[in-house]
Amino acid sequence: MNTNNQNSFKGTPKQERELKKVIENHKTQPGGLMPVLQEAQAIYGYLPIEVQRMVAEGMNVPLSEVYGVATFYSQFSLTPKGEHRISVCLGTACYVKGADKILAAIEEKLGIKSGECTPDGMFSIESCRCLGACGLAPVMTVDGEVYGKCTPESAVRIIESYRNKED
Amino acid sequence: MKKQIHLKINGIPVTVPEGTTILQAAKQANIEIPSLCYLKDVNCIGACRICVVQIVGRKGLVASCVYPVEEGMEVLTNTPAVRASRKTTIELILSTHHKKCLSCVRGNNCELQKLSYDYGIDEDRFKGEEPIYKIDDSTPYVVRDNNKCIQCLRCVSTCNKIQTVGAIGQIRRGFDVHVGSPFDLGLSTTSCVGCGQCIVSCPVGAIYERSNIDDVWDAISNPNKKVVFFTAPSIAATLGECFGMPVGTNVEGKMVTAIRMLGDVSVFNMNVTADLTIMEEAHELIERIQTKKPLPMFTSCCPGWIKFCEHNYPELLPHLSTCKSPQQMFGAVLKSYYCQKNNIDPKDLYVISVIPCTAKKFEVTREELSNHGIPDVDVAITTRELSRMIKGAGIAFKDLPDSDFDQPFGVATGAAAIFGATGGVMEAALRTAANLLDGTNEKVDFMDVRGVTGIKEATYRIGGTAVDVAVASGLGNARKVIDMIRSGEKNYLFVEIMACPGGCVNGGGQPVQSDSVRNYSELKAKRAAVLYRADREGELRASHESPVMHLLYDEYFEHPGKAKAHALLHTTYTPRDKN
Repeated sequence: MNTNNQNSFKGTPKQERELKKVIENHKTQPGGLMPVLQEAQAIYGYLPIEVQRMVAEGMNVPLSEVYGVATFYSQFSLTPKGEHRISVCLGTACYVKGADKILAAIEEKLGIKSGECTPDGMFSIESCRCLGACGLAPVMTVDGEVYGKCTPESAVRIIESYRNKED
Repeated sequence: MKKQIHLKINGIPVTVPEGTTILQAAKQANIEIPSLCYLKDVNCIGACRICVVQIVGRKGLVASCVYPVEEGMEVLTNTPAVRASRKTTIELILSTHHKKCLSCVRGNNCELQKLSYDYGIDEDRFKGEEPIYKIDDSTPYVVRDNNKCIQCLRCVSTCNKIQTVGAIGQIRRGFDVHVGSPFDLGLSTTSCVGCGQCIVSCPVGAIYERSNIDDVWDAISNPNKKVVFFTAPSIAATLGECFGMPVGTNVEGKMVTAIRMLGDVSVFNMNVTADLTIMEEAHELIERIQTKKPLPMFTSCCPGWIKFCEHNYPELLPHLSTCKSPQQMFGAVLKSYYCQKNNIDPKDLYVISVIPCTAKKFEVTREELSNHGIPDVDVAITTRELSRMIKGAGIAFKDLPDSDFDQPFGVATGAAAIFGATGGVMEAALRTAANLLDGTNEKVDFMDVRGVTGIKEATYRIGGTAVDVAVASGLGNARKVIDMIRSGEKNYLFVEIMACPGGCVNGGGQPVQSDSVRNYSELKAKRAAVLYRADREGELRASHESPVMHLLYDEYFEHPGKAKAHALLHTTYTPRDKN
């Protein structure tokens, strides 16, 4: 398993202060690790080793326990999210309409796998289950914007349009 | 007294206290229910489903290791449904197991292999995907091979609950679940102390010591090397187990003969430097008491405890005795005094310690435990490794005659013998401290610090003052003692800590005993009894009575804690990160 993402951790003193406050609030609470990790992810966007270390230290639990919880629940991400967050629906309706091919096309285009972020920090890919837009299947979202009736080709064009926006 | 519960197991009436599990109760009916994840005092999570049994009148099967007995209950442990369930479970485990049994270190004592045989399973019934995991050999002492792991979580439980180290945990979920270090970065990046308790709790070959057997054979066959072995106090108490001898057999004489048969080597007794440790440590304790230097003083013989302290309690490092461990003292004595006396270049002397411990493999690599780049000890091998060498050499161990250790490091005292059991170092130090302060050789039996209880306390009057002492074995117990000291609840002068529950007799390098032995007998106590018997029956009971101590101090070290002794027999410690 590759967990050494190329994107190096950039935390601010403000983020660290916020995290410390969160830890203080949950420190003595039984099962407090879960809410702390949820809030830590809200603060940093993901849970890199540096953040998990701070949580372990603050909550006085071994890092192995923090890491175990962080990798057990799929809501936690160990890799940073890109500036543009792509999400491909792999729910039943989208899947039978070929969502796996859309995901594969985007992965190939960006050279990363689902759950990862491009080295320049611009795009990250994840998959989701059912956005409730099955009539438009297959569906993907970019930064929350919904795109329906996608094909592998149109999906790649959509991604390119986001890159062009930057230029 | 607890309420007594009456039940029947396979028709046999059994009476046990309330709260007993079916698995424990079954032993009364002479039935040992098989299990893979259950291990007495270590792990009880009902996860592996091997221990399932049927309860008459109930649907389905239950996990007997976690199911408490009930009045009037009728349990069946050997029905067709039970056998079929266990068989399928084993076959499913084998579907992802790397079945390299021929070369596996646990090939001859694997719980999974034993069950496979007992149940006549088809190892290819389920063709599953076999995930490939990278072997973690990042440390100099232990190797973890997840390809053989069966997810019983005994190691995780040992590391987290018994030892409170938390170096490994369960990672991810579903089919991707595996045991490992945080971010799978390898044990060397964690606060692992190297105690090896994970090894002796593993039912299969997923964790084992990093072997130095080849290094030892290379040295023995190198004509330019003078090779010396020395064996730790507890090796003679356990080595026989590797050759099918009963737990609790003292094989010291056969062990010396066997090592001598490995090649042109000298065989010394590490108990000698256990005595030397006591000479240094007793003087250090008295000096600390008299000069009010950091107290309580903690023992420093156990490298697992030392690393635990460096990671978790760096502020306590000034409280650790500065004495090197007996292993490192022996290396230092050999590469200084012994080399000088025998006209050997220390570079040409190859020193092998045989130890019950994996943490000592890490200890030999510590830079501060070397002299001008020459390590005090070249390699440390476990009891298990020594047994493999003896077997590989075709030596009929059980038939060997006894022989004595080589001189001048052959004779040691009973105080040194008991180093291998929890409380032994404390008792040995108290014997010599009592002599130094009270001028008496009468005080030899300090009964309160004996026994396999995790935490022991006592107060002894020595030198006119009350000396409060504590003894802890198992790092979870060490943590409890330290917490009591830090909160001011307790005030001790001297504390002995051993990382492994029960001390070195139960070390991570000791023979791995079957579940049957570990679950149903007092393994630690039986092994420790060998050492206390040797102490009781020996002529010399206290370290300061040893003729070898007189020789060493007269000819070389002069006085404990001073000059040469201070330079060669004492060390320093380094704070380390907690995570």
